[in-house]
Amino acid sequence: MRKNFYLKNLDCANCASRLEVAIQKLNGVKDVTVNFFTQMMRLELNDDYNDEILNELKRVCAKIEPDVVIIEK
Amino acid sequence: MNHKEKKLLVRILLSIFFLIVSFIVSTNEILLFVFCFISYLLVGGEVLMKAIRNLFKGKFLDENFLMSLATVGAFVLKEYFEGVFVMLLYQIGELFQSYAVENSRKSISSLMDIRPDYANVYIGEKLKKVNPETVKVGDLIVVKAGEKIPLDGVVENGEGLIDTSALTGETVPKRVMKKSVVLSGCINKTGLLTIAVTKEFGESTVSKILDLVENASSKKAKAENFITKFAKYYTPIVVILALCLAFLPPIFVRNLTVIECVKRAMTFLVISCPCALVISVPLSFFGGIGGASKLGILVKGSSYLEALSKTKVMVFDKTGTLTKGKFSVTKVFPITISEEKLMEFAAYAELYSNHPIAQSIKDSYKKKINKDRISDVKEFSGKGVVCKVSDKEIAVGNKALMEDLAVSFSEEKNIGTTVYVAVDKKYVGYISISDQIKDEAELTIQKLRTENKIDKIVMLTGDNEEIASSVALQLGVDQYYSKLLPIDKVEKVEYLLLQKNQNTNVAFVGDGINDAPVLTRADIGIAMGALGSDAAIEAADVIIMDDDLLKINEAVSISKRTIKIVKQNIWFAIGIKVVFLILGAFGISHMLEAVFADVGVSILAILNSMRALYVKKR
Repeated sequence: MRKNFYLKNLDCANCASRLEVAIQKLNGVKDVTVNFFTQMMRLELNDDYNDEILNELKRVCAKIEPDVVIIEK
Repeated sequence: MNHKEKKLLVRILLSIFFLIVSFIVSTNEILLFVFCFISYLLVGGEVLMKAIRNLFKGKFLDENFLMSLATVGAFVLKEYFEGVFVMLLYQIGELFQSYAVENSRKSISSLMDIRPDYANVYIGEKLKKVNPETVKVGDLIVVKAGEKIPLDGVVENGEGLIDTSALTGETVPKRVMKKSVVLSGCINKTGLLTIAVTKEFGESTVSKILDLVENASSKKAKAENFITKFAKYYTPIVVILALCLAFLPPIFVRNLTVIECVKRAMTFLVISCPCALVISVPLSFFGGIGGASKLGILVKGSSYLEALSKTKVMVFDKTGTLTKGKFSVTKVFPITISEEKLMEFAAYAELYSNHPIAQSIKDSYKKKINKDRISDVKEFSGKGVVCKVSDKEIAVGNKALMEDLAVSFSEEKNIGTTVYVAVDKKYVGYISISDQIKDEAELTIQKLRTENKIDKIVMLTGDNEEIASSVALQLGVDQYYSKLLPIDKVEKVEYLLLQKNQNTNVAFVGDGINDAPVLTRADIGIAMGALGSDAAIEAADVIIMDDDLLKINEAVSISKRTIKIVKQNIWFAIGIKVVFLILGAFGISHMLEAVFADVGVSILAILNSMRALYVKKR
């Protein structure tokens, strides 16, 4: 399952890579890339994912970059 | 400038104003403090807030925290000016950096400006704009002059010129008319086109290309991974060094105070921020990929750009890559009759044959064929055709056919295929048919050698030895292999991969039609003329949208240039940082210089990496 997100207000490259590392560690995440320049996050989830992971995602994101708003595309 | 940047600019200007006021009143200690403090809060309030917020989340060593600590420290030591200056400089730097990033984002997104926003569809009598994603296969869409073609399809009505430059980099517009296949992402320059949609939006060319470009950064280059690893070890090492710097020297060196050493340690930390690297390296790769796409060269990821720059051996497939892949008559050699007559006999005899060779003879004859004159057509598979034209018996075919018919003829050793013609069992001449070498093939090979230092150029082909050696000689390749089946091509590439030096790469260039396994096996697979070919786009790492061989050379040039910029940035940023770290440690450079070095390096590195985006258009 592949999902794309727009990361509004992502304006620090270092945070983008920290975000990537943190999300990669989440359970159920197969692969993730955060592109600082297009402000896009491409998320590859295991097939048996549930919506809980999206909340988890928001939590991790709020911890690292509180300004960023995650918008699903 | 966006909203956020404008707000920051206003605060910076106000802050400067209050700083000037404080200069004027600097004789009065209290007034000086008040105005400096106002100035400081204006420019640094946000940073302070962030630092406090992050502190509660257990995040100590970010930039906000360091800047707050340094400037508050300055205020405590009653060095008000320094406190304001440092914060002001930091924020001006941030503003510049944000502006530069914003600009690069814009240049990059303008490259991707091929996404169509709407499609014109008839709903009842009226033409309406709808979302391209809702249009189905078989629907009719209307594209007016100046509009983007939103979905792949076939022209049903109308004709015009279309600009394919967004897909291919080709600036000469292409003429289309009824029954022409058109691809999404092109722009209709003139005329009104009614198009029958053949692919849904998600499957259309424009979606595929956008997907490729947008996701290109997911395949990270070694240089990018190096930065991530570097940051991982670098930060803790720097923090430990800073702690040592703050508390060890006062113990061993007599006249150094703890305050002086803590100041040095903080300067050290401010300089150490790896921002310049973290931003500029991916930006350079992104720029390189974006620049290439302007020329109609798609690179699937930064790792491939990096690999391409290390190419030393380049393997070309012959048919369809170095040659046009189209057979045409290259020589007409009559013996007893006129050249015209010979072509006429051959064209008449081949009229009903679908063989590619028959096709090329008919194409080159061009005159109208009177079907009534032809009778008794007999086709001998793998040999040729015998038929009656008017009252003559015409035989057109290869050596085997002539031998079967017991025609006495002289065997010709020609490049390509020789077709013998006999009239009433008497040999009258032959026609030679071969594939043509692309006009730019020789120049491309020369340029690859001289401009991009490719050591070895190899040609692979399924054709026979004569054709292979002739083409190889004409083009001046270093090595060639003939009579190869597709599976043999994989073997040859594997052999070349074994021979190569570890730090160099073997690239394979093919048309992607039946060489997908070779494209995947080579270090770098380059597919040519891939526009509209899904298999090639799937299998290759680098995709040249049209048939222009020179773009292979350009792709290698762009990759080398990008890597050069990346290396410049890495060495420049690390070099400057190390110098300032040492200066900071010994107390030679202070906070102000530290901020200047940090921000300056970042901005210069960003500007440098933007160069990767600009490629020369031919």
